[in-house]
Amino acid sequence: MATRPYDLRRYPGFLGITILCLVILYAPLLVVTIYSFNSSPSITNWEEFSFRWYVDVFTGPESDKFKQAAWNSLIIAIIAATTATTIATLAATAVLRAGRFRLRTLSIGLISLPLMVPEIVTAVATLIFFNAIAFERGLMTILLAHIAFCIPFAYMPISARMQGIEATYEQAAQDLYATRRQAFTRILLPLMMPGIVSGFILAFIISLDDFIITNFVKGAGVETLPTAIFGAVKQGIKPNIMAISTLLLAVSIVMVTLSWIIGRKDKTS
Amino acid sequence: MAGGGATGGSVQTDTYAGARGWLLLPAWVTLGILTLAPLAIMLVYSFLTKEFRGGVIWEFSLDAYDQFFFDRGLFGDAPPQIEWTYIGIFWRSIWQAGLATLLSLLIGFPTAYFIATRPEKQRALWVFLVTIPYWVNLLIRTVSMKFLLRDQGPLNEGLMALGVISEPLTIVNTNLAVQLGLFYSYLPFMVLPIYAAVERYNFALSEAAADLYAPRWTILRRILIPAVKPGILAGCILVFVPSLGSFLAPDLLGGARNFMIGSLIEEQFKGNAGNWPFGAAASMILLTMVLILLIVSARQSQKEAR
Repeated sequence: MATRPYDLRRYPGFLGITILCLVILYAPLLVVTIYSFNSSPSITNWEEFSFRWYVDVFTGPESDKFKQAAWNSLIIAIIAATTATTIATLAATAVLRAGRFRLRTLSIGLISLPLMVPEIVTAVATLIFFNAIAFERGLMTILLAHIAFCIPFAYMPISARMQGIEATYEQAAQDLYATRRQAFTRILLPLMMPGIVSGFILAFIISLDDFIITNFVKGAGVETLPTAIFGAVKQGIKPNIMAISTLLLAVSIVMVTLSWIIGRKDKTS
Repeated sequence: MAGGGATGGSVQTDTYAGARGWLLLPAWVTLGILTLAPLAIMLVYSFLTKEFRGGVIWEFSLDAYDQFFFDRGLFGDAPPQIEWTYIGIFWRSIWQAGLATLLSLLIGFPTAYFIATRPEKQRALWVFLVTIPYWVNLLIRTVSMKFLLRDQGPLNEGLMALGVISEPLTIVNTNLAVQLGLFYSYLPFMVLPIYAAVERYNFALSEAAADLYAPRWTILRRILIPAVKPGILAGCILVFVPSLGSFLAPDLLGGARNFMIGSLIEEQFKGNAGNWPFGAAASMILLTMVLILLIVSARQSQKEAR
């Protein structure tokens, strides 16, 4: 429609609101990143640029506590994401590659259940569950809870990817006398890899991110990074917290960018 | 589509039909034990007697629900009246979550629309820009928000330096701060479904309306918005539901006066109040509300799809 005097798709002000939206999303993160490089022990006054609080994070009086918490977080995120990704890959194969069956819809519902139940309710229910079966709270309870709520996040990119892979590849393999297991491990799994990697990264970030459920099911004295940060923030925001936050922020952004690049490459190839 | 072409759209075959039990077993065992069973036990706990300072006594009791809905005076023998404290907290949470959803819609809709009308190659990058902050730790985002908004924070300092205001604005510990925090927590959930809906929208409809002399904003109101309504509805649900039970934003940004459901429940298990059956009952009420909302909206979108 070259004759029309204006572009129908454009609405005045929408660009402005989009920019406002991005400013609101990024301003708090930028401000904390900038202030984490402030040498002053006060969070209000800017003194000068320094790495003082980053050094403090690794060697300061609270460093042992945060190192232990970071280690716990990392171990839990790796094991929970690996387990959840495995479970999700198998479940997606059953849901998408095993015909129609009675439990199919119910299985999809069960897998997405952790997404529908409010997080605080899951936290309460899991705490009560461990209490009822007299399972002592500690690292193990955190890990089990994380595996459960990571499954739907791992499942989403995996099933999306599997839906895009035509079944002809596996059928061709089976026509050439590959067993079902070989068709799965040699054909389907390699084709699935980008989805599996995205699922793993998503689950890993979700596990690393969790505060509410962890706070309920952790044992006394056992901390992950978010619960340790929350405990410290309750006493007031301190500069070393901003340094830790900036580090964690960087890790998240690097991982998401990685997953995005893997996803894009996958589409263009 | 090859293979199961009859399944309509998605590829579906029965290559692994023989192994389906084994493939699904891990998911059923894990989620059955760690998600379904806990919810069932929580329902049971909400009908038990409380043990002081946490835990329960295995004795049937309706006390938790009674305490939630009725006030029987200090000694429990006065004629029961409706107890407004907890209903009030739920009501305030609904109100706060609703306003946060509205705020997300007002900013999220134009953003989603703008992104969906970019050239196709740019869209992924815009979506990526909007979703990155979501993947940053929620606790860190909420703390950052508090750092920015607090009385001596960069926002107030900046506005004062520019001469816009002469005294710092008090934002932290107000309702507005909670709404901003919730908006910040869940905005991508609003943008993504609306973006997907606008991307599928057929702009020939707008062209037709314009040919019939409909003004631009009338086209938006009468043609575009009704067409992308399922996306808007999905976005609102996805922001409203987690906002309703959120804990971090009201706790860190709202202070003691802006108590929401999440804090009420947390206090029963972590704080000094320590009433587990009551916490379980409040969780059950929240869960019921959310499930009803999800079922109603699923029905609604099914009706629209027909």
